[in-house]
Amino acid sequence: MREPMHMRTSMRRVRGLGAAHSGTGHFWHQRVTSVAGIPLTIGLLLIITALLGRNHAAVVQILGSPIVAIVLLLFIINTAYHMWIGMQEIILDYVHEEKWKLLSLMANTFFVFAVSLASVYAILKLSFGV
Amino acid sequence: MAELEVRTATGTERARPLSPHLQIYKPMLTMVMSIVHRLTGAALYFGMLLLAWWLIAAASGPNAYAGFEWFMGSIIGQLVLFAYTWALLHHMLGGVRHLIWDTVHGFEPAEREMLTLATLIGSITLTLILWVVGYLVMGGPR
Repeated sequence: MREPMHMRTSMRRVRGLGAAHSGTGHFWHQRVTSVAGIPLTIGLLLIITALLGRNHAAVVQILGSPIVAIVLLLFIINTAYHMWIGMQEIILDYVHEEKWKLLSLMANTFFVFAVSLASVYAILKLSFGV
Repeated sequence: MAELEVRTATGTERARPLSPHLQIYKPMLTMVMSIVHRLTGAALYFGMLLLAWWLIAAASGPNAYAGFEWFMGSIIGQLVLFAYTWALLHHMLGGVRHLIWDTVHGFEPAEREMLTLATLIGSITLTLILWVVGYLVMGGPR
């Protein structure tokens, strides 16, 4: 049987697609989040080092202070997007079967949202009390 | 060799060669560090669970926080934390290397070897410094 005719050119199939169907946007976003990640990672390490050996009450007080909370929130949001793109890239490289690809991409999204929103919630609770 | 079936413009099927996979090549430092960059990235992905646990435990109260502190103080916890520290620093420095390469600099053979070695030595050195500082912050030998 003859293949159905289509008028699409190669350019139409290529434009804006790729394995993730989103073109090179993620490539650039990964660079932006990696640049932002450098000072934020240094900030995270400084905060953790400063909190070593302190008791719960002191840790709660420091984590809830504005500058510390803001740095942590920025780190988590920035990292969430960076790791979501990164894991998607790994999945697209190794998982070729359509069903497993979709399921693992979905799991990636669920994991990133759950972990980052749980962290954000904890920081907000530490900041605003109750 | 693996081949990929593609459809040509005329609708006929044609086998296309794929590039050889990793095991064909002799391991080189740049290649190994490229793999390590991905591995540390994947490890850090799941390592975010530790950060979430820490923050949620702190927000939950003294008992939950004591549980977190107990795990992090255990041998396994310390090993995980040490590996996490190194993975984070190595991924960060590896990222800096990739950002330099993104600007189309540092691609000469000696340069790329130097950059790659620098990220490895840098991440190990920084991890050790951070842990010595942390050890001193904790009060040194007790």
